[in-house]
Amino acid sequence: MTDVAINVEGIAKSYRIARALGRQPYRTLQEEVIALPKNLWKRALSRADTMETFWALDDVSFEVRTGEVVGIIGRNGAGKSTLLKLLSRITQPTRGRAEIYGRIGALLEVGTGFHPELTGRENIFLSGAILGMRKTEIARQFDAIVSFAEVEQFIDTPIKRYSSGMYTRLAFAVAAHLEPEILLVDEVLAVGDASFQKKCLGKMEDVAGEGRTVFFVSHNTQAVRQLCSRGILLEHGRVVADGPVDGTMAVYNQRLRDMRVDAETGVNNPENRRGSGAVRFTGVSVEDMEGNERYSFEMGDSVRFRLAMTVNTPMRGLAVVVALRSGLSREMVTSARHVITTDAVPAGVSTTVVVDFPDVYIRPGEYPLYLQATEAIQSATNYDVLDDLTPPLVITGGSSRPHDNFDPAQPYGLFSLPSRITAEQPASPEAAEAPAGNRMRPHIMR
Amino acid sequence: MTAPAATAHRDRPGGATRRPTVVIEPASGWSALNLRELWTYRDLLFILAGRDIKLRYKQTGLGITWVVLQPLVAAMIFTIMFGRFAKLPSDGHPYIVFVFSGIVAWNYFAAVLQRAGNSLITDSKLITKVYFPRLAIPLASTFSAMIDLAVSLSVLGVIMLVYRVVPTWRLVTLPLFIGLAAVTATGVSLWLSALNVRYRDFAHAMPFIIQVWMFASPVAYATTLVPERWRLIYSLNPAVAIVEGVRWSVLGSSAITLPMVLISAALALVVFTGGAFFFRRVERGFADSV
Repeated sequence: MTDVAINVEGIAKSYRIARALGRQPYRTLQEEVIALPKNLWKRALSRADTMETFWALDDVSFEVRTGEVVGIIGRNGAGKSTLLKLLSRITQPTRGRAEIYGRIGALLEVGTGFHPELTGRENIFLSGAILGMRKTEIARQFDAIVSFAEVEQFIDTPIKRYSSGMYTRLAFAVAAHLEPEILLVDEVLAVGDASFQKKCLGKMEDVAGEGRTVFFVSHNTQAVRQLCSRGILLEHGRVVADGPVDGTMAVYNQRLRDMRVDAETGVNNPENRRGSGAVRFTGVSVEDMEGNERYSFEMGDSVRFRLAMTVNTPMRGLAVVVALRSGLSREMVTSARHVITTDAVPAGVSTTVVVDFPDVYIRPGEYPLYLQATEAIQSATNYDVLDDLTPPLVITGGSSRPHDNFDPAQPYGLFSLPSRITAEQPASPEAAEAPAGNRMRPHIMR
Repeated sequence: MTAPAATAHRDRPGGATRRPTVVIEPASGWSALNLRELWTYRDLLFILAGRDIKLRYKQTGLGITWVVLQPLVAAMIFTIMFGRFAKLPSDGHPYIVFVFSGIVAWNYFAAVLQRAGNSLITDSKLITKVYFPRLAIPLASTFSAMIDLAVSLSVLGVIMLVYRVVPTWRLVTLPLFIGLAAVTATGVSLWLSALNVRYRDFAHAMPFIIQVWMFASPVAYATTLVPERWRLIYSLNPAVAIVEGVRWSVLGSSAITLPMVLISAALALVVFTGGAFFFRRVERGFADSV
């Protein structure tokens, strides 16, 4: 039987947020002094304050055993990051209790404490100390950190002169050489390019393989599935599923599917839904060519997006963007922009457009959707953006060829473009002498 | 891979023998300084102080010369204005030596207030991303300002050499007065920095507070200017004992008396202890409100 690493009992965290367009969260002394009699009066009358309480986490309990790799999944605002901040002691809970057994290391961002004016060497010591390493420990790991980051030549250069790639590598290298018994990781993988993400994932797999406890927070379902054995699903600050990662993921995807996008969905969640609201999507569905709603497709299938929208204020034309993000790096994989009309559109108009993607040869994986409704003229203004608010498009392999199955450790790429052999050099002397009819015929491969 | 603990194990594995490394629960009320924890983070404290020193003079043409230049120019202005024109008494020392010794002590005090006061805002990114004893941030300023103090003390030594002022045995008490300055300044800045997180007004008020405080302290003038019966009340300003104390130990004489030092020291202790408790109480909310 393994030991407990983290034991969380009924933990809750509330924030007091200003009611819509109310006061700013930090007040000035003057405001406070002026408001004092009013507040006392209010309290005396026990009337509602101008602030309201928002429970970011509400009665969360679970237990993590040493060596477990746990993924915390959930939408933006579900309480994932709050949970990490509580466990890493950055903020304090409002209620409940958590016990941590062992040294904890939290990676809530890449490059914590880095200062652009300082050299790589100085930043290694600074960031290491901030993350909780002793000076001697950093000195011992110094060479390993530098070579992992591949910045030997520039170690005494201020990091403001580093390329963003060097910066990220150095930052991750410091964090990777932290040797906690329990590692808490937030959306660290949301930065950097795909190869960096793979390096991060690989390093985290190593950490997990060493029998250390990893607590991984992400809405990157693909990475969670790859890395974690257990998944905890948070929704509105509560645990709604806890168990083997596949089961939790199934619950998560089902909940995403159950949620119908309408004009109001996620409007209060500016990370996922942005825009002025001059036009709003009122319904989104992903279908096959027969019109059946589906979220999972095989590579090569055709995918249809049916987008309903309503114009709320007059617009100069109407266009939609349908784009796929990478499930790993969140980079845009591909996008399509279609102008519906260039004529002025009055308020109150509703329309439904159907966008087809024939023969989608994208390698298997999960691709979050990015949908945008905008004016026909390209502009910087957002009108309505649904960013990863719907279930991701899932492409399955259904193939025995390794290239067609998802493996983040292998750089197979995102697309499967048609390619073929059109000319062939003899592979060996015998082959050269072989009669022309026996030659391998050029063939087309996907 | 270990089997996922999907079903809740409510038994306590390891029994009572295994105690948690950290217990996280809502704290309320007042709590004392956690010195043991601060000690485990001592490396961070000094690395942060080192960072402050390095950053201060990065990409400056004159670099550390600024530490020398600032008090020198101030001392020269004071010497001309107060020494020559206003003919303020300087307790029998050459005026420039007198005023420079005051400026050295005062500048350390003011530097800690200024740096520490804003430190939590400057490092707000750290506070929201990592846990460490928050006290390390303002404390780092207490230490980083020591470097500037050391530099300006050696300039004072040179000036004394030029004016042939020979220090007495009283010089050995200098560390005591510097310690008093450090405790007082840290105490005040614990209040200021914590209040600044909640009320940004303090960021605006700070330069003003420092300026007024300087003229309320015997930097450019001697304590002898204050009528004798008011001196004990005057020393309720802890900067009095710091400035005159440093002067006394370096130059060998000043109008400071032991009761004055004791009053200032007692007050410094009260401010420091109060500041530490206040800081501990409000630091829980830093990450949420910074």
